[in-house]
Amino acid sequence: MMREKILMCGNEAIGEGAIQANCQFYAGYPITPQNELTAYMARRMYEEGRVFIQSESEISAINMVFGASLAGARAMTSSSSPGISLKQEGISYLVGCELPAVIVNIMRGGPGLGNIAPSQADYFQAVKGGGHGDYKTIVLAPSSVEEAFNLTRLSFDLADHYRNPVIILGDGLLGQMMEPLPQILNSKLKIQNYPKDWALTGCLGRKPRIIRSLLLGEGELERHNQKLQEKFKSISEKEVRFERLYLEDAEFVLIAYGTVSRICKAVVNNLRGKNKKIGLIRPITLWPFPEKIIRETAEKIEGILVVEMSAGQMLEDVKLAVEGKCPVYFCGRMGGGIPTEEEIYEKLSQMLI
Amino acid sequence: MKEEIICAGFGGQGIMFLGKILALAGMKENKYVSWMPSYGAEVRGGTAHSMVVISDKEIASPIVSHPTTAIVMNQPSLDKFLPKTKAQGLVIVNTSLAKVNSPRKDLEVLEIPATEMAASLGNIKIANMIVLGVYLAKKKLLNLESALQSLKETLAEQFLELNISALKAGFNL
Amino acid sequence: MKITNKTSSTNQTSKALRKVFSLPASMRDVAMHYCSGCGHGIIHRLICEVIDELEIREKTIGVAPVGCAVLAYDYWNFDTTEASHGRPPAVATGIKRILPERIVFTYQGDGDLAAIGTAEIIHTANRGENITVIFVNNAVYGMTGGQMAPTTILGQKTETTPWGRDAQRDGFPLKISEMLALLSGVVYVERTAVNNAKNVLLTKKAIKKAFLNQIENKGFSLVEILSPCPTYWRMSPVEAVKWIETEMVKYYPLGVIKG
Repeated sequence: MMREKILMCGNEAIGEGAIQANCQFYAGYPITPQNELTAYMARRMYEEGRVFIQSESEISAINMVFGASLAGARAMTSSSSPGISLKQEGISYLVGCELPAVIVNIMRGGPGLGNIAPSQADYFQAVKGGGHGDYKTIVLAPSSVEEAFNLTRLSFDLADHYRNPVIILGDGLLGQMMEPLPQILNSKLKIQNYPKDWALTGCLGRKPRIIRSLLLGEGELERHNQKLQEKFKSISEKEVRFERLYLEDAEFVLIAYGTVSRICKAVVNNLRGKNKKIGLIRPITLWPFPEKIIRETAEKIEGILVVEMSAGQMLEDVKLAVEGKCPVYFCGRMGGGIPTEEEIYEKLSQMLI
Repeated sequence: MKEEIICAGFGGQGIMFLGKILALAGMKENKYVSWMPSYGAEVRGGTAHSMVVISDKEIASPIVSHPTTAIVMNQPSLDKFLPKTKAQGLVIVNTSLAKVNSPRKDLEVLEIPATEMAASLGNIKIANMIVLGVYLAKKKLLNLESALQSLKETLAEQFLELNISALKAGFNL
Repeated sequence: MKITNKTSSTNQTSKALRKVFSLPASMRDVAMHYCSGCGHGIIHRLICEVIDELEIREKTIGVAPVGCAVLAYDYWNFDTTEASHGRPPAVATGIKRILPERIVFTYQGDGDLAAIGTAEIIHTANRGENITVIFVNNAVYGMTGGQMAPTTILGQKTETTPWGRDAQRDGFPLKISEMLALLSGVVYVERTAVNNAKNVLLTKKAIKKAFLNQIENKGFSLVEILSPCPTYWRMSPVEAVKWIETEMVKYYPLGVIKG
C-alpha cells in the first residue's frame, strides 16, 4: 500500500534519511533516548542488504565506522550524550585522518549519567571540537521530524565533500516526537557520488595507500593542521545555514535551535498577533555558526533573547557574534527541563517588550 | 483551528497508543499533527502522558503546557492536568480510577467509567479506545472513520475487533 | 647490507647463482626504527613473506596499532591504516564487512590487544569476524618506556613494577589467547615464539594458516607471538631470546590452543 505520508518519530526519520543517503554501514550501542534509531537501522539495513552491527560499546561503534569509512563506505553511528563522550577520541581520529562519517547525538540531561530527558547541554562538545586537537565538525541541528530526515541526507554529502565527520545534534524531544513525513519511502532522491580515491581497497593496480593521523616528521603535523584549518575556513564560508523569521521590522529577536526554536516560534507567532515587533533566528548549522546574520541583526534591534536547554552555551557564540552591539539576554533550563512559552514571555516582559 | 490534547494515565493503559491514533487520524484528514510522548525509564507502571497537536496551520511548538483537551485515565493525571487545561476546554475523566473534585466552572468535564465499561466488553485494556470514541463524538474534529482506518493500519488482526468495538461503544455513548 | 632486489617468488637467476634471500614485495626497502634484538622486524617480515606467497598483497589491508609497531605502515608495501589504541579489531570489522573479498589483518601488541582493547578483541572474536590477528606479546609496554603490560609475568621488573610484578598488587599475567579460544566464533588460536630459527619457521607456518583461514572464509584466527624486548627487559638480545625459553614459555606454553 502506498501512503502519501507516514507518521514517524525523529529517530526513525534520521534512520530513513541515512538509508536514502545510501549509508552502507551502521554501528551503535543501545542508549535512551535514541534507541528507536538503532532499532530502525537494524531492520532497514538488513532489508537493504547493508551492514548493521550492534557493537559492544560506543567506542567500538565509532571505530567500526572509522574502518567502514576508510574502506570507502558511507557510515554512521548514533548515541546520546554519555555515549557521545565515549566516541570523542574516535571523532578526533576521523578528523585527523580526513575520513567522512555521520555521528548522531540525541542529547539527554547531564552531567554524568544525568537523566534521559531532553537537553542541549552538549552544544560546546559538538561545536568546539569535542575531542583532542584543533578541529571542527559540521554540526546540523534539525527542529522537526521532516528536517531531521532532510538534514541527515545532507550530512552524508557534506561529510563526503569535505572528508570530515558531520554531527546531527538533536535532543530527546526530537528523537521521540512523531510528525508526518511526506512521501519518503517512494522518493528517488538523487544520491551524489564522491570519488574516494583515497580509500583503502587493496593496492591492485596502484601504489599502496596509508591512512593515518600520526605525523612525526619535522613540521609535518603543523602543515597538516594548516591544511585542516583551510578546510574549516572554507566550510565556515560556504555552509552556514539558518532560518529567519520577521527580521525585516523586528525590534527584538529570539535565537534558539532545535526543538526549542519550535517553542520560540509559537511565542513569536503569538506576539506578532498582538502587533509586537519580534523576530526569530534559528541556526540550522551550529558550526559553522550563523554569526554574520546575527551581527547584522544586532545592529538594528534593541535586544536578543537566547533560549536553550542548557546553562547558556550557544549564548556565548551569540555574544561573540553580537560584539556588544545590542543587549543579549538568556532564558535557559537545565537537566532535562524544557523552557515553556510562559517562561519566555516572562523573560521578554523583563526586557520591556 | 488548533487542538492541543494531553492524554495521561498509568503506563500500560494504552496512553501512548491513544495519542498516536489521534495523530494518525488527524494526518489522514490532512491536518498538521504532532505527537510527543513523555518517556521514562520504566516500561510498565508509573504515569505516562502524550501530547498531541492537531492544527490547520503548521505547528510551531509540539509541546503542550495548557491543553484544550485533557483525556485523563487515573487520579494523578486528573490532579495534574485538569488545573492546566485552558478555559472552555474539555476534560474527559475515567471515573473508574479517578474522582473529579475541582472548583473550576470554566471547563466541560465528561465523566466516563471507562475501565468498568472496558471490563464489561471483555478487556480493561481497551478503556483507551472508549475514551477515544467519546472524544471523537464530543469534539467532532475528526471523523470516526479516520480513527477506524488508523486502527486497521496499526493493530494486529487479533486485537482489531475488540478495539473497534470499544471505539464504537465510546462513540455511541 | 642493503637489499635491492624486491622479487622473491619468481627468481630467474642462473642455477650457479641461485638467490636464496631477498626482500619480499610486501615489504618496503627502508631501515626500521626497532631496537636491536627486537622481534617486530622478524614478525613484520614473516607476515610479508606469507602475503607474497599467498599472492594477496594487492588485496590486503593492514591495521596498525598504537605501540612500538605504530609505524608498521612505513615498512609494509600494501594498504595500511592506523587505529586508535586498542581498537584495531573494531576498525578491521568495519573494513571487512564493507570489503568482504579483501584480506584484513590487525597487528597488535599486548597493551593494545590485552589491556585497553580487551573488549574489542573479545567481541570481534566472538562475532567470528573473518579476519586475521597477529598478537605480539613481549610482556612490556615498549613505546612508552617499559611499563607493566597485562602479560608481564610475575616477578618481572618494569618501570611500574620496580620490585617485580606482584599478583596481590598488580594482578596476574593475562592469558588472553586461552580466553579467546573458548569463544565459539574463534576457529584458530596458536601461540608461537620468535626466539630461535625453528620457532621463527613455526611462527611463519602459523601466520600462513591464520591468513589461509581467512581466504577460505573460515573465520577469526589469531596467532600470539612471544617476542623479545631486550631494551625494556634490560637484557642483551641473546639473554632476551633465552629468557623467552626459560621464563616466558613456562607461563605462556607454545602450541596450537584451538583449531
